[in-house]
Amino acid sequence: MESFEDQGIVLSLRAHGEHGAVVALLTRDHGRYLGFVNGAKSSRMRGMLEIGSVADVTWRARTSEQMGAWAIDNAQNTAAFIMTDPLRLSALLSACALVDAALPERESHPALFEGMKALMSTLQMDVWAQAYILWEIAFLRELGFGLDLSRCVAGGDAATLAYMSPKSGCAVSLKEGEPYRHKLLVLPEFLKPNGYRDTQEIDIARGLKMTSHFLEHWVFAQHTRGVPEARLRFESAFATTHSCQISA
Amino acid sequence: MALRKDHGPLEQVIKYLSTLPGLGPRSARRVALYLLEHKMDVLRPLITAMDDAAEHVTSCHICGNLDTLNPCRICADTTRDHNLLCVVASVADVWAIERTGSYKGLYHILGGVVSALDGITPEQLRIPQLIERVTRHDFREIILALSATVDGQTTAHIVQDKLSPFSVPITRLAHGVPVGGELDYLDDGTIVTALRSRARL
Repeated sequence: MESFEDQGIVLSLRAHGEHGAVVALLTRDHGRYLGFVNGAKSSRMRGMLEIGSVADVTWRARTSEQMGAWAIDNAQNTAAFIMTDPLRLSALLSACALVDAALPERESHPALFEGMKALMSTLQMDVWAQAYILWEIAFLRELGFGLDLSRCVAGGDAATLAYMSPKSGCAVSLKEGEPYRHKLLVLPEFLKPNGYRDTQEIDIARGLKMTSHFLEHWVFAQHTRGVPEARLRFESAFATTHSCQISA
Repeated sequence: MALRKDHGPLEQVIKYLSTLPGLGPRSARRVALYLLEHKMDVLRPLITAMDDAAEHVTSCHICGNLDTLNPCRICADTTRDHNLLCVVASVADVWAIERTGSYKGLYHILGGVVSALDGITPEQLRIPQLIERVTRHDFREIILALSATVDGQTTAHIVQDKLSPFSVPITRLAHGVPVGGELDYLDDGTIVTALRSRARL
């Protein structure tokens, strides 16, 4: 009998049979793991299995190759804290969908787990949108697609970074990037070395567009389903809510 | 004793019964056996009632409620407040609200909520019909009576977004401590929501 105990974040659920569901969890020490939850549609379990819930979990299977089953306990429904805010809820669903779609199964990513937990607590604060973009940058790095915001890829002044190269994922200084600005992504103010931290909505929209580009062209380039619907819906909802559509 | 394959009609009855929610093959056999043992007092009336329901019960073209009339009795009732609209997920929700007798407006049934678990997307809901209804009629208020779950609230936000071009006020049901609920038994999320939605006495 194979089993382990861990802490997990509910990423997604897929109905299986009349009462059960296959649940994907991001666990602290074992990474993204799937398992069957018996009675997942019951009124008691539904509350525990909301996307974004953090719980103590036990995975069991006869052999390690099997999908196995989850026993879920002490679930904390983090979505309940932000449920009334469409954008924050949308950001939570987007983060869970990204991890679920991009992360390979059974590969340990403790930093990503801690990052997700930190993001979920930050979603209740005022700086949630900046935190979300920083989380996506960290997520890209965790998957091996790190962005370089420390220097100008064209050899310019690192103190005046203003753009991002969509090809290299490196920052470009204002002077070096100016002739190519129509091809470059705009670096949000709060990601610049000496940028002001009192972020405007347009900066968040720029940040979402920037990370969206790398998610689409790097992480999900080989995925047949592309960038998860929840991520696209979040970016579009943010732009619509704050009337800050960024032209392509 | 295992059921033999040559029990044609009985096999069929069990097969169909076992597809109903809450019934497996074993309980379907028990139900089938009970029906056949009570042919005259249960089985025949049940066949008549189900045949009648299949023949006459339809979905109301206005609100999506199930009734023998189309428009349904609620939509056709002139004593109800036709300027107040309550958006719910399912017919069961209409029955739950009607049971209280405290609401006298009209309904709009979405036909579910956006759900990863049940595989329901926004495109599968009756949102375009709601938009058309709001365009045609000048409602005083629209109440979003959807569950306080991620799926329910995601659906509520989508509906709210679609209704944003209209000037009609949109409200939602209160979230918080249930009547008869004790604080030390409530989860953190419910207590936080209840604190945020507190009312002045």
